Amino acid sequence: MKPRVIVIRTAGTNCDKETAFAFRAAGADTELVHINELVRGEKDISHYQILAIPGGFTYGDDIASGKILANELRYNMWDRLQKFIKDGKLIIGICNGFQILVKAGLLPNLSGDFKTIEATLTLNDSNKFEDRWVYLKRPAKKMSANSRCVWIRGIEGVIQLPVAHGEGKFIPRDKKVLDCLKRNGLIALEYVDESGKRSGYPHNPNGSTENIAGICDNTGRIFGLMPHPERHINIYQNPAWTRNCKDPGVKADGFAIFANGVNFAKKICN
Amino acid sequence: MLWRIEVGEKNGFYDAIGQGVKKDIIDLGFKDKIKSVHAVQVYILEGDISENDVVNICENLLIDPITQKYDHKSNVFDEKKYKVVEVTYNPGVMDPVEESAKKAIYDLGIKKVRRVKTARKYLIEGKLSYRDIHSIAEKILYNKVIQHTVKPGSQVLQNVPPYKFSLRQVKMLGTTDVKLKKISKDGQLFLNLEEMRSIKNYFKKLGRNPTDCELETIAQTWSEHCKHKTFRGLIEFEGKIIKNLLKSTIMKVTKELNKPWCISVFKDNAGIIRFDEKNNICFKVETHNHPSALEPYGGAGTGIGGVIRDPMGTGLGAKPIINTDVFCFGLPEQPYNKLPKNALHPKRIMKGVVAGVRDYGNRMGIPTSNGAVCFDENFVGNPLVFCGNVGIMPKNKSFKKVNSGDFIVVVGGRTGRDGIHGATFSSGELTHETHEELGSAVQIGNPIQEKKMADTLLQARDKNLYSALTDCGAGGLSSAVGEMAEELGAEVHLEKVPLKYKGLRYDEIWISEAQERMVLSVDPKKTDDLIELFERENVEATVIGKFLDSGKLKLFYEGNIVCNIDMKFLHNGDPEVTRKAVWKKLKFPEPKIGFSKDLTADLTGLMANLNIASKEWIIRQYDHEVQGGSVLKPLQGVNGGGPGDACITRPIMNSKKGVVLGCGINTDYGKIDPYWMAASVIDEALRQIVSVGADISKAAILDNFCWGNTNKPDRLGSLVMASQACYDIAKIYGVPFISGKDSLNNEYSVGKKTISIPPTLLISCIAVMDDITRAVSMDAKKCGNGIYLVGLTQDELGGSQYYKMKGYVGNNTPKVDAKYGKILMKTLTGAINKKLVRSCHDCSEGGMAVALAEMAFAGGLGMSIHLGSYQPTKKQMLLKNHIMLFSESNTRFVVEVEDENNFEHAMTGVPIWKVGYIRNDKAFKIFDHEERLIVDTTIEALKTAWQSPFKNL
Repeated sequence: MKPRVIVIRTAGTNCDKETAFAFRAAGADTELVHINELVRGEKDISHYQILAIPGGFTYGDDIASGKILANELRYNMWDRLQKFIKDGKLIIGICNGFQILVKAGLLPNLSGDFKTIEATLTLNDSNKFEDRWVYLKRPAKKMSANSRCVWIRGIEGVIQLPVAHGEGKFIPRDKKVLDCLKRNGLIALEYVDESGKRSGYPHNPNGSTENIAGICDNTGRIFGLMPHPERHINIYQNPAWTRNCKDPGVKADGFAIFANGVNFAKKICN
Repeated sequence: MLWRIEVGEKNGFYDAIGQGVKKDIIDLGFKDKIKSVHAVQVYILEGDISENDVVNICENLLIDPITQKYDHKSNVFDEKKYKVVEVTYNPGVMDPVEESAKKAIYDLGIKKVRRVKTARKYLIEGKLSYRDIHSIAEKILYNKVIQHTVKPGSQVLQNVPPYKFSLRQVKMLGTTDVKLKKISKDGQLFLNLEEMRSIKNYFKKLGRNPTDCELETIAQTWSEHCKHKTFRGLIEFEGKIIKNLLKSTIMKVTKELNKPWCISVFKDNAGIIRFDEKNNICFKVETHNHPSALEPYGGAGTGIGGVIRDPMGTGLGAKPIINTDVFCFGLPEQPYNKLPKNALHPKRIMKGVVAGVRDYGNRMGIPTSNGAVCFDENFVGNPLVFCGNVGIMPKNKSFKKVNSGDFIVVVGGRTGRDGIHGATFSSGELTHETHEELGSAVQIGNPIQEKKMADTLLQARDKNLYSALTDCGAGGLSSAVGEMAEELGAEVHLEKVPLKYKGLRYDEIWISEAQERMVLSVDPKKTDDLIELFERENVEATVIGKFLDSGKLKLFYEGNIVCNIDMKFLHNGDPEVTRKAVWKKLKFPEPKIGFSKDLTADLTGLMANLNIASKEWIIRQYDHEVQGGSVLKPLQGVNGGGPGDACITRPIMNSKKGVVLGCGINTDYGKIDPYWMAASVIDEALRQIVSVGADISKAAILDNFCWGNTNKPDRLGSLVMASQACYDIAKIYGVPFISGKDSLNNEYSVGKKTISIPPTLLISCIAVMDDITRAVSMDAKKCGNGIYLVGLTQDELGGSQYYKMKGYVGNNTPKVDAKYGKILMKTLTGAINKKLVRSCHDCSEGGMAVALAEMAFAGGLGMSIHLGSYQPTKKQMLLKNHIMLFSESNTRFVVEVEDENNFEHAMTGVPIWKVGYIRNDKAFKIFDHEERLIVDTTIEALKTAWQSPFKNL
């Protein structure tokens, strides 16, 4: 049986179709569902193994990015989401989706109460929206424990994905939270330069603390990241594809993230 | 009860907005005086809520608990050491945050908040006088067209008085011509005397005076903006009468070429061409110049928002997939004391316009992938803002039909007082008084409203819930309903239109250009389903009237008839006016430039020329990757280090078919010769798509004419010349026009002094590419590869960037030989399709040398170029070095080739010339025909120069 992915959308969601496409390419069935349908109970998240919150500007990012949908999840969906997570299922939040997971208290959720807000994603240091390709890798072992994120299993070395955001600067609440993220291997991806070393702007495109680009929770199944893996699932999306004539059959860097999620979900299905 | 809440950054957290403002203040020349700036977000809540509710709203919604703090009783910061400026929107201007904030507060379980308003407060620290602060506030912090400053703490919500109906008539019968002119001027109708007389005669026959609403409807329908009177009217030129300039030039090309893949041209809101067996694509480019001059952010945002609704309103609705934008600005370094009265500074216009397009386009989730930016001092009071959008639709959704008896349904945003008189205002000249008079013409957009509407519309389309639609653009409901009902008639009940706030008069409801609205024609049987579908996505859909086969436009307000006119008169009653056109070529001093041993400084200088320099600062603020279909991006090469010629997008992810977009624009040639300007920009647009591998036989083009006041014969003469070039050149190239738009009256007057923009034609090109895997980018790929120049170089430096840099205009603009050009382009496309070309870049501003430099640094590889290998044809003299390097002759490309024999064979019959090769280091050297080293530099130095002008904005 194919794993089922629910891709949540609302006013201002705009990466829903390509995110669903990436999951289908990785072997899942997908459904785009409006948040109203969930809140009204017309759709039930327990029917799905993966919940994806795609990129966009939900509700215009008015007040703060992701805040309004985050509150809808906190106030209208909390019990159902908690159950979904406790059932061993997966959640991914990409860009605006990452902002939503963090602002809803679902990431990093060190407290375990699915509620306490322990970090934020705020205005880029450059004070503007920027679209650029970045290099990413898992944090070096001496910096942080080996990541337990199931979504990035098998990803070795430096990968390339595009970022496109104005509010992607990751800030943990305090040093305790940061240490905890490192110690528990919750930092999934960090911004690096071409050679894999930590570097400043523009390699770190937003000024994130310790170059953090994506984190997971203690289960490793809830994952959020600012870069867009769905925009790099085939080589013709890579900005340098006309330079390096790779075999077009090779899947591009972002594909592995979806494949990992889908493969993990298959185990829950069976 | 009114609550005022202030939100600011906690100590130790970076205040990005405050820092941005500080940088702008430094730019204004206050470097030594400014110390720090803090931004404070202010929310004003009105409703029956307790302090506990307020605390709840603050802590769980309004602040970021990690980085921000708040105060709901007093100032969030101690303001002792600061000077304070607080800015808020004018009454009647939409506050985009209000709707989302109300929803979010409701989600918290607090249901009694009636209104939310926002303001921003700036705390400025430094040795600044109140005069300095006043000047900073006016120049950077607010725009009086939409905002005002308030005394901190004094702000209250203003209540708009309710409206009580009374019919207003305009006394026209029996009035003099002088009075008619006054009615037109006072009512901001922009109708000339002959038009006013026709209206008077019409109502004389009816035996009554018109209502204000009738007069407004006619003025808006007959406006230059909607009617294109100049292009479609009579023009007397060189002793002949041109009956309809548009039909006899632009549209004639399309008619004569008769391409089977042109599905719907010059009819609908956008031109439609075939994409594949199942889908069509459509493309429209609009301008939003006057609103952007007054309020750059709102003007440009609603410009892109408006043009997105064009494909959405084409056929039965297309899904928007790509945005384009092209801007023309005054010089960013213009001294403040030399600005024309009341004009905004070009730098502020540029930043505002870019931010407006960015925030609207990005929020809509549409990649902005192609564009251009030009600078010229004559755009100072009147910038040009072109916005384009491409949409895709199933081919059986390409046509619409309005049926008698269908309901008129308005969907999307509510109607407010924003954007009154936009259509008529954009048809007049700008003056230094326009800012005060026509502030209401400027609109603020709400992209999320439009996004919701677009998402729902496509679902409704696929469920066949409506049979026709169009967007509310210039002229609002008046224009949308008027156009849809042209062949039938309509009856509208204006009190049914949902309003943002009370107090609108019936005529304001009818002509308001409030954004994010569309009008549908719906079978009464399907209306309930349609309304329910929209409700599910939180979008309003409201029946406001009926289409009827009556030939009349009838409007009611609370049962009172406020408009009753014949559709025929409305659409065809305007008098035919003959306009005079003359054309005389201007003569500019011809520069004498002698032999120069070293052209390195000239090339480096050109790289930093505003029209050539990197626009990365703009491009990166746009999301050009969203929807995942980007194949060739606007920035190409190593780390996106070079400027691409055209962009390629794959709208269907598992298909190899792509959409290629390019554009041609030049604001310098037109000053000398509008004919060759138009010819050159068509050539440029085609060169761009050929460079990436597209075929001109699958390309279509769009025209956007931006001219000065064409009531002046010389301006109209140059428009005629440019239109004729469009016919001549496009016809030979075999490329049809599928859509277009003109914006005339682009002049800025202060008293008797008028600044007219240079005649500017934007040609946007769209082509379908069968196999995107054959695409070629412009960056140099491999050391040792040969570099070829394809095409002939002539002494054509008139209007070039090289002359401009040297302080000249010159006379010999580049010409186009389209017969030869067509063969050349088709041959090159053949070579690219055979994969014989590794990279290709078109030669435009700055000529061959700039194209070579861009190709080299984009690939991170040096080049050696030897002009001595050039074999001039018999007719040609050996050209001087600076001409060889910087002449902007059309139909030329620089091409990187690995397999030289096969390439040369494939290019048989076309002038090609191997000029050099790619080096294994970073040196960039050019040797002249006597092997003297005339350019000796590195790709790093060239790239640094290219990036310098817009690096630290």
